[in-house]
Amino acid sequence: MIHFVLLISRQGKVRLTKWYSTYSQKERTKVIRELSGLILARGPKLSNFIEWRGYKVVYRRYASLYFCMCIDADDNELEILEIIHHFVEILDRYFGSVCELDLIFNFHKAYYILDEILIAGELQESSKKTVARLIAAQDSLVEAAKEQASSVSNMIAQCVAAHCRPLLDNRVEERGCS
Amino acid sequence: MYYDPFRRGEEDEEEEEERRKKMRDMIRAIRACKTAAEERAVVRKECAAIRSAISENDQDYRHRNIAKLMFIHMLGYPTHFGQMECLKLIASAGFPEKRIGYLGLMLLLDERQEVLMLVTNSLKQDLNHTNQYIVGLALCALGNICSAEMASDLAPEVERLLLNKDPNIKKKAALCSIRIIRKVPDLAENFLSPAASLLKEKHHGVLIAGIQLCTDLCKVSADANKHLRKNCTEGLIRILKDVSNSSYAPEYDIAGITDPFLHIRVLRLMRMLGQGDADTSEYMNDILAQIASKTESNKNAGNAILYECVETIMGIEATSGLRVLAINILGRFLSNRDNNIRYVALNMLMKAIAVDSQAVQRHRTTILECVKDSDASIRKRALELVFLLVNDTNAKPLTKELIDYLEVSDQDFKGDLTAKICSIIEKFSQEKKWYIDQMLKVLSLAGSYVKDDVWHALIVAISNAPDLQGYSVRSLYKAFQTSFEQVSLVRVVVWCIGEYGEMLVGNVGVLEVEEPLTVTESDTVDVLEACLTGHSADITTRSMSLIALLKLSSRFPPTSERIKEIITVHKGSIVLELQQRAIEFNSIIQRHDNIKSSLVERMPVLDESAYMVKKANSSQENIVAVKSSQMSLAGTSVTLPNGVAKPPAAPLVDLLDLSSDDTLVPTSTSKDFLHDLLGIDLTNSSSSGIAPSGGTDILMDLLSIGTPVQSDISPETVSSNQGFAPTTKPTPTTVQVLDLLDVLPSNGSVAGDQSPLYPSITAFQSSTLKIMFSFKKHPEKPQVTEIHATFMNLSSDAYTDFVFQAAVPKFIQLHLDPASSNHLLANSNGTITQTVTVTNSQHGQKPLAMRIRMVYKVDNQEKLEQGQINNFPPGL
Repeated sequence: MIHFVLLISRQGKVRLTKWYSTYSQKERTKVIRELSGLILARGPKLSNFIEWRGYKVVYRRYASLYFCMCIDADDNELEILEIIHHFVEILDRYFGSVCELDLIFNFHKAYYILDEILIAGELQESSKKTVARLIAAQDSLVEAAKEQASSVSNMIAQCVAAHCRPLLDNRVEERGCS
Repeated sequence: MYYDPFRRGEEDEEEEEERRKKMRDMIRAIRACKTAAEERAVVRKECAAIRSAISENDQDYRHRNIAKLMFIHMLGYPTHFGQMECLKLIASAGFPEKRIGYLGLMLLLDERQEVLMLVTNSLKQDLNHTNQYIVGLALCALGNICSAEMASDLAPEVERLLLNKDPNIKKKAALCSIRIIRKVPDLAENFLSPAASLLKEKHHGVLIAGIQLCTDLCKVSADANKHLRKNCTEGLIRILKDVSNSSYAPEYDIAGITDPFLHIRVLRLMRMLGQGDADTSEYMNDILAQIASKTESNKNAGNAILYECVETIMGIEATSGLRVLAINILGRFLSNRDNNIRYVALNMLMKAIAVDSQAVQRHRTTILECVKDSDASIRKRALELVFLLVNDTNAKPLTKELIDYLEVSDQDFKGDLTAKICSIIEKFSQEKKWYIDQMLKVLSLAGSYVKDDVWHALIVAISNAPDLQGYSVRSLYKAFQTSFEQVSLVRVVVWCIGEYGEMLVGNVGVLEVEEPLTVTESDTVDVLEACLTGHSADITTRSMSLIALLKLSSRFPPTSERIKEIITVHKGSIVLELQQRAIEFNSIIQRHDNIKSSLVERMPVLDESAYMVKKANSSQENIVAVKSSQMSLAGTSVTLPNGVAKPPAAPLVDLLDLSSDDTLVPTSTSKDFLHDLLGIDLTNSSSSGIAPSGGTDILMDLLSIGTPVQSDISPETVSSNQGFAPTTKPTPTTVQVLDLLDVLPSNGSVAGDQSPLYPSITAFQSSTLKIMFSFKKHPEKPQVTEIHATFMNLSSDAYTDFVFQAAVPKFIQLHLDPASSNHLLANSNGTITQTVTVTNSQHGQKPLAMRIRMVYKVDNQEKLEQGQINNFPPGL
C-alpha cells in the first residue's frame, strides 16, 4: 500500500501531503524534512527508489516538482512510477498543461483529484477519462450551488431594496446595495 | 461564495478586510514574503482572523477559512483550532461545504484525534445520502482516515454500498472496506462474498478496487484465501486474458498496453491464491507464460507487469520451465541500462536465490559490478545479494573484489561494505593465514568502520596461532606505517606489539613469503609512543598502549628507562583512566622489579570457543556481577570462524567475565585464571587484558587492589564488585597481597531465628569441603532471598585465605556480604558463614541457579574448587 504521498518543490517546499497511514504531526514534519533532504540530494541518473526505514520511497521529478510515494518493501516500485505519472497526466489535463503555480493556488483541486485516484493508499481508478468526468461533475455541483447562493442573495438584496426604499431612502444607496 | 453587506459593518476595518481576503490573495501574500519571519507574521495575522471568525461562528467564510487553514497547515503551522470547523462544514447540507469539510477533515486530523469520533454520525448520514457524490466524499474520508472504532461502527453501511449500482460508489466502497479490514481484521468475513462478486464486474475501476480488496482479505484470513481460490481463480485468469489480449483501448492504454494497473493487481492476487497450491498454480501456468513472453519490455509499464509476473511465478508452485522464463527475464533486467530496472532485478534475485541459486550464480559478475554502482540503493541491494551468493568455492575471489572496491568506495557506504566483508571473511576462511591477511587488509583500508567484535576476534585468532604470531605482528607493523589513522588497526597493532614485540624485533617464525624486515627495539617503542600521544587516539587505544609499553619494558630492558619516562609523563594526564594506569605502572616499575617480569608475561592463549560463544551471547546477555554462560554448551563442539573445530573449554571459564564487549577474558589452561583478575596470586598472573573502557574497567581496578600500591588509588571503583567495599586501608608495601582480604570487616552474620520457610540444602560437597545453604525470605519481597552460606572444612588441614565467589545468570542480582572469616579449621572444627543476597527478577518464572568457586590455601598451596548449584528449593 501507499503510506503517503508527498509533493516537494526543488526548493524543498511542500506542495501536497497525503497520509494514508497514521503519522502524528511531529512525525510528519520529521518525515518530510528527512525525505526532502534525501531526494533533493540525489543525482539525475540514479534510480527512482530510496530505501528508507524499511520502506521504499518512489519519487519522480517533473520540472521543479518531486512527486514521492512511500510504499511497503515488497510493493511494485515500477507500478508506483506509473501511478505517479497517471496522477500527473490527470492534473495536466485538468489544469491544461499544469505547472507548479497551479498546484500552489489550487492545491485543494489537486487534493480532490488525488482523492479520485487513491483511497486507503490503493489505486482507485485507472481511467483518466473517468477521473476527469467525476471531478467535472463535482465541480459543476459546486458551481451550481454558488450560482444558486448568489441568486438567492440577489433576490434578498432586491427584496430588501424594494421594501426598504421608501423608508430608508438614501442610506441604502450609500451602502452600495441595489 | 457571496458577501452580504447587511450582515456586518461594525467590526474594525482591517480585520474585516483580512477576513474577506480570498485564499488566492493570502497565498500570494505568503509567497511574497522574503524571510521566514515575514511569513510567520502574515500567517499569524491570518490565523488570528480565522480564529475570531470561528469564535463568532461565522458561516459565510467558513469554507474559505478552512481552505486557508489547509494551506497554512501545509506550511507546517499549527491548525488544530480549525478542526471543529471541518465538522460543522461536513454537517451542513450543501455539497460545496461538505466537499471542503471532508478535505479539511482528511488533512487537518489524523485517526488518533478524538474529534474524529464526533464525525461518525455525519459520516453515517452521508453514506446514506441520495447524492452519489456526497456518498463518494464520505467513503473517501472514511477510507483515508477511519479509526478502528469508526470502522466497526460504519462497516455495515460500507458493506451495503458494495452492492450499490453506481460503479463510482462501488469502487470507493471496496477501497474503504480495505481500510476497515486492516483496522478490524475480524470484520473480514462479512466482506468476503460482496468482494468476490466484484470480480465479475466489467468496469476497470471496480475491478481494480475489488481485486485489491480480495488481496487484502487473503492477507488477513486463510478462509478467505481458500474461498477465493476455489471460486475466483478461473474468473481472474479470464480477466487477465481479456485485458492482455484486448485490442487498443485509448481510455486505459499506457505505452501500448491496456491497463497495466489491472494486470498487476490480477497477478498479485493470483500470487496469493497460487501460493502453496499446485493445482491452482498449474491452472495459471499458461496465462503466466503468455504474459512473461509476450509483454513488451521497452517501456516502464511493460516492465512493471513483467516484474509482477516474475514475482508471481516465484511465489506460486510454478513449473520449472516457467521459472527459467522468470529468471531469464531477471537476467535481461540486470543488463538493462535503466537503474530502476536493475534495482528491481536485484531485488527479485534475492528472492530467486531461495528457488534456484545456481541460476542466480550465473549472474554473479554482473551483480558484483552493481556493488560498485553510483546509486546507493542499487549498491545496497547488490551487496546484500553478493553476500548471499558467497560460498566456499567463490569466497576468495569475491572477497578480493570487495576489498579492492573498499579502497575506492564512498565514505557512507564503507560501513555496510566493511561489515559484510568481515562477516564473509569470518564465515568462509579455511586457513588462518588467509583470515589474518584479509582482516589486515580490511583493517588498513577501513579500520575505523570495523566493529569491536571483529578485531577482538582477530586478536583471539592470532593468539591461537603460535606459528603465525611473528608473521602477524610484522605485517601489522608494516600496515601501521601506512594506515596509522585506522582506529581498530592501531588497537590490534598495539596489542600484538605488547604481546609479541620480541617476535617483531627478533624476526621469529619468518614465513617464506615474507620480505625481510629490520625493526629495532626502540622502533617498537616509537610505535607505541605514537599511539599513546597521537592526537587521534582515543582512551581505549591509549590505555592499551600504556599496558603494551609496560610489557615491553620488561622484554626489552634497554628501553625500560625510556618507557619509564613515557609512563611518568602520563602520571599527570587529565584523563583519569590514563593517570591511574600510569601511576600504577610507574609503581610497578619502580618498586616491584622482582615481580614485574612475571606480572607482564605473555597472555595465555585466549580461548577461541569461549570467545565465540560469548560473542554470540553478548547480544542477549548482560553481565551482572559475574556472568554465567556456556552451561548448555559444555561438551558440544563449536565451529570457529577460521574453520577449526575446538572442544569447548571447561564450563565456568567465564566466571569473572566483567565486560561483555571489551574484555577478552584470559582463560588459560591453568586453572587459576581468576587470579590474574583479582591479583591474588601474582606469581602466576598476567596483567595484560584488553583494556576495557570507562567504568567497566574492573579488571584494572582489581589489579590495583592486588598490587601493593599507595592507597590513594580511588577505591570506590572497586566497591561495585562483589562487596569488597572497604578497601581503603593503606596496604603496607611488603604485605602479602592476600592480606587485603583480611581487612574485610567480619560481620558474623548468623542465620536469623525465624523458622526457615525453605529447607536448607547442601549446596556443595567434596571430599574436602562442604557448603550448606539456608534461606530466608522477606514476605513483602518475594524475589529477594537471603542465603546464609556455611562452609566446613572436611579435610585434616586448616585452610587459610578462604575466598568464596559466586556467579548467577543475568536475571538475578547478587550481593555478597563479607565472610565471617577467611580461616577454616580442619576436621569441621569451625565454620565460616557468609550472607549472600540474591534478587531474582524473574521470580516465579525461573528458578535460582548459581555457580560457585572457592579458593583457599593449604600450607600455602593454592587450591581451587568449583561447582554449580542446581538444587535450590523451588519457589526462590
